[in-house]
Amino acid sequence: MKRGIIYFIEIIICLVLQSSLYPFISLANVMPNLLIILVVSTAYMRGKTTGMIIGFFSGLLLDILYGNLIGLYALFQMLIGYMAGFANAIYSEDDYTLPLVFVAIGDFIYQFLYYVFEFLLRGKLDFPYYFRTIIVPEIIYTVAAATIVYKLLHMVNHRLIRDENKEE
Amino acid sequence: MRRRARYNFKPKHGLIVGVILCIILIILSFRFEGIFYPVRNAVGTVITPMQQGINTVGTFISDRMETLKNIRELIQENKKLKDQVSVLSYENKLLLQNKYELDELRKLYELDQKYFDYPKVAARIIDKDINNWYNVFTIDKGTKDGLAVDMNVLAGSGLVGIITECYYNHSVVRAIIDDKSAVQGMFLKTSDTCFVQGDLKLMEKGKIRVNFISKDAQIEDGYEVVTAHTSPKYLQGILIGYVSDIKLDSSNMTKTAYLTPAVDFERLSEVLIITELKEPLIKELPEEDPSID
Repeated sequence: MKRGIIYFIEIIICLVLQSSLYPFISLANVMPNLLIILVVSTAYMRGKTTGMIIGFFSGLLLDILYGNLIGLYALFQMLIGYMAGFANAIYSEDDYTLPLVFVAIGDFIYQFLYYVFEFLLRGKLDFPYYFRTIIVPEIIYTVAAATIVYKLLHMVNHRLIRDENKEE
Repeated sequence: MRRRARYNFKPKHGLIVGVILCIILIILSFRFEGIFYPVRNAVGTVITPMQQGINTVGTFISDRMETLKNIRELIQENKKLKDQVSVLSYENKLLLQNKYELDELRKLYELDQKYFDYPKVAARIIDKDINNWYNVFTIDKGTKDGLAVDMNVLAGSGLVGIITECYYNHSVVRAIIDDKSAVQGMFLKTSDTCFVQGDLKLMEKGKIRVNFISKDAQIEDGYEVVTAHTSPKYLQGILIGYVSDIKLDSSNMTKTAYLTPAVDFERLSEVLIITELKEPLIKELPEEDPSID
């Protein structure tokens, strides 16, 4: 229950920060994708199920707020969360580099899916252009942001585990 | 979904359920636009204030950052501008000095036009006594320039005083407001004569006393007083000032009044000296001057 509330708060914080701080922390017109960081790192730390749930709800929220179709982002994020969950098998508490790689991969998948559904289906075929101007900068920025965000999330997770153990 | 996860269903099943749910949602929202409007509205209502709050904080912080960034630039700019200001103010001072000089010279030129009968020499006041007002001052022309003792000194629109000492390259002038000074004056309109006498007490008010006005004189405030033809040293017809506060003396024989000089003695820097003396002209002038009946 506590964990659920914490995750909910995390989702809200990431969403609000990302949407409202856009003018202040954007570089070269791209924003770090904080929600992907959240989904991937949580999945990495907690496994497929948690990653999937977080992905679903954060995506749903994103859909409700910004999307045209309810459920599209939810689907993307859920898939990413699920896939990132596989990395949980090699989860190590002291490793701060590996999650960055997963975040990069996750972000790429997210961007790619986004491109396929929002651009390719409308007949925009110039993938290399979008890859160069949007996807790569965003991945770089997201990874850079993840170095900090992951540490925070990891800290929160650590706390939660400790508290849970105490209760037991 | 959450319940499934808790009951330890396999994640794979959860995923399948989730995907199906998502697809249903997508189809629903694609088919029936606006079906999720209430949900969107509700969530938006909750999230928007948060965004606004964060936005306010963000704006505040970015403003501060901007300010900090600007401060450095401003300091540099300020330094540069200060240098510029000192240069410019120096130049400005020079220009202002020139302007004052020009003004003074223009005034003198006008005066020159007014009293054009008399040959004149312009001079600058180079030394003044330490009072607020000049009583006695030194000018930068002397016998070298044809000046002599008892020559009349003018400025602006009226009489300033008389040369009391004359040296090779400078002269000393006593102003009419000096306590020792006494000039025989005359009301331009009525030709009543009077004595314009400097008074130390009145000097601060910027006035001169006027004595020995005939009790019958029909004078009023604001009448012009000029130098009289009877004056032994002053050329006649030079404006001294304007009379005010006329009173009958206790002797009931004469009137006394105050006179405001036509010249602003506090701000005097350039003067004109009439290089003709009174004596040689005394026989001819009364007939020539129209102001005398």
